[in-house]
Amino acid sequence: MSEGVDKSRRHFLTVATTVTGAVGAGFAAVPFLSSWKPSARAQALGAPVEADISKLQPGEMIRVGWRGQPIWILRRTEAMLKSLPEVGSFLRDPDSEQPQQPAYATNESRSRKPEILVVVGICTHLGCVPAERFDLAPADLGPDWKGGFYCPCHGSKFDLAGRVYKGVPAPLNLSVPRHRFLSDSLILIGDDTGVA
Amino acid sequence: MSTSNNEQGAAKRLLDWVDARFPLTKMINEHAAQYYAPKNFNFWYLFGVLSLVVLVIQLLTGIFLTMNYKPSAADAFASVEYIMRDVQWGWLIRYIHSTGASAFFIVVYLHMFRALLYGSFKPPRELLWIFGMLIYLVLMGEAFMGYLLPWGQMSYWGAQVITSLFGAIPVIGDSLVEWIRGDFYISDITLNRFFALHVIALPLVLIFLVVAHILALHEVGSNNPDGVEIKNTKGPDGIPLDGIAFHPYYSVKDTVGLAVFLMLFCAVVFFAPEMGGYFLEHANFEPANAMKTPEHIAPVWYFTPFYAILRAVPDKLGGVILMGAAIIVLFLLPWLDRSPVRSIRYRGWLYKLPLGLFTAAFVMLGYLGMQAPTPTYTNLARLGTVIYFAFFLLLPWLSKVDKTKPVPERVTYHA
Repeated sequence: MSEGVDKSRRHFLTVATTVTGAVGAGFAAVPFLSSWKPSARAQALGAPVEADISKLQPGEMIRVGWRGQPIWILRRTEAMLKSLPEVGSFLRDPDSEQPQQPAYATNESRSRKPEILVVVGICTHLGCVPAERFDLAPADLGPDWKGGFYCPCHGSKFDLAGRVYKGVPAPLNLSVPRHRFLSDSLILIGDDTGVA
Repeated sequence: MSTSNNEQGAAKRLLDWVDARFPLTKMINEHAAQYYAPKNFNFWYLFGVLSLVVLVIQLLTGIFLTMNYKPSAADAFASVEYIMRDVQWGWLIRYIHSTGASAFFIVVYLHMFRALLYGSFKPPRELLWIFGMLIYLVLMGEAFMGYLLPWGQMSYWGAQVITSLFGAIPVIGDSLVEWIRGDFYISDITLNRFFALHVIALPLVLIFLVVAHILALHEVGSNNPDGVEIKNTKGPDGIPLDGIAFHPYYSVKDTVGLAVFLMLFCAVVFFAPEMGGYFLEHANFEPANAMKTPEHIAPVWYFTPFYAILRAVPDKLGGVILMGAAIIVLFLLPWLDRSPVRSIRYRGWLYKLPLGLFTAAFVMLGYLGMQAPTPTYTNLARLGTVIYFAFFLLLPWLSKVDKTKPVPERVTYHA
């Protein structure tokens, strides 16, 4: 019996069957792996949100929830804006070269309108929420502190444009979400279609 | 008399009936009654059995917790409170499970340290060590996902920090994080999936790996504090001269060790289930809040050595890589150690001293990982990280030049 066995033919059939089976298993895995992606409901809940800033005074900040993230909207004072170029030399990425913001926020104030800062209030290190520290030269942050954000988790520091300081664990500036002004007092967060 | 003979005869006939259809007696002999373990085991050899017992405790209490727990962001926190207050004996079942998680890591860490002491990872036990490391890895995943389930502040932010780690991977990082969370943030969806993994997927993998670990152990045979291969000296009956049957000799000895362990375990369950915030962190008694980070985020104690390594690196990707490497490098231990001698009893200072430093660094990193970072602590964590990796990187060389003592033919045993 065994004399008539064509070994190479048998080997070919074994390999061909195995490969076909593996490809089939690979395709069968797609629905299961894809089921882990955000569902239609999760995507719908992640839709853009509106924020009313008509009552926001200079130096004040409000928080808006979007996709479970705190979005900070800060109306900066003249003094705050003036501090931005002064801290430049302490920053890791003062000119916003890393893609942490849309093109329209790639400027010194990292915003569409100079006074209105819109950033995701999540530390780029490990996702904690930094605390607002607008006080000047406090004891714990040193005499050079011009105001900004301090992350209590691992000590990362950000300036009033959400730019990260050097020598802290956070690698990147706070991210600026896509957003647009629906009017002077209304911001749409999560969508910037229709405007450049 | 004749009735008892008849009963014995009936029991024997039943056993014969089963044995003809299922290898029951064969299995009992292979893994207990005729599994010959070295007669010189010391207390370090209790922790394998203890890990198995803790696994069973976790499976049993876990099943009962599942009956009252609700895996949804809206109900999870309240359902845990419900278990604690309203379910009869629910508090006990939950405290056994939460204490069991820490106990699991205590016995597993001691079990692994035993392997470092007596060279139990060295040939021919490499695969045994790898199965063990895989168990450790799955156990970490199991503990991490289980910790999200109470949906407290520390559950939430711990999961936030750990899932963010994957975001450090270039190019695919962000989509990978989204895929793991199933949402744009840690949400109900994430909780529900972690629940599924915690109660079904990972326990199944864990049980499979434990079976593989024990099968591999019983294939190669147990190492012992002298690192002597007892199979090399067999009696005329083919049984190792230094071997004694696992059952009844070690099953009885282990039972004594188990009694002591359970006394300590129960003392924690009844008198200090939170263990001062080390087993159950205080921040976790507040429900999860995505808009507010706790003042200080620290993982539970068993992850802190690796967390300290992560934080010691000022670069995010670098920190993640180094933390991963700290675990991967353990897998390579059988090939990094080139000493001809297994047991620390016959190894020289070039193994004893580095092992001591490594252990001290590991404990120090564990402490630092629980503390808020200060410049001094960060520098200490860097020192600890260097020692941790230096142990493994220098081992191939140190273990070669180390002066070893002659290993005896037979195990040493003082009755």
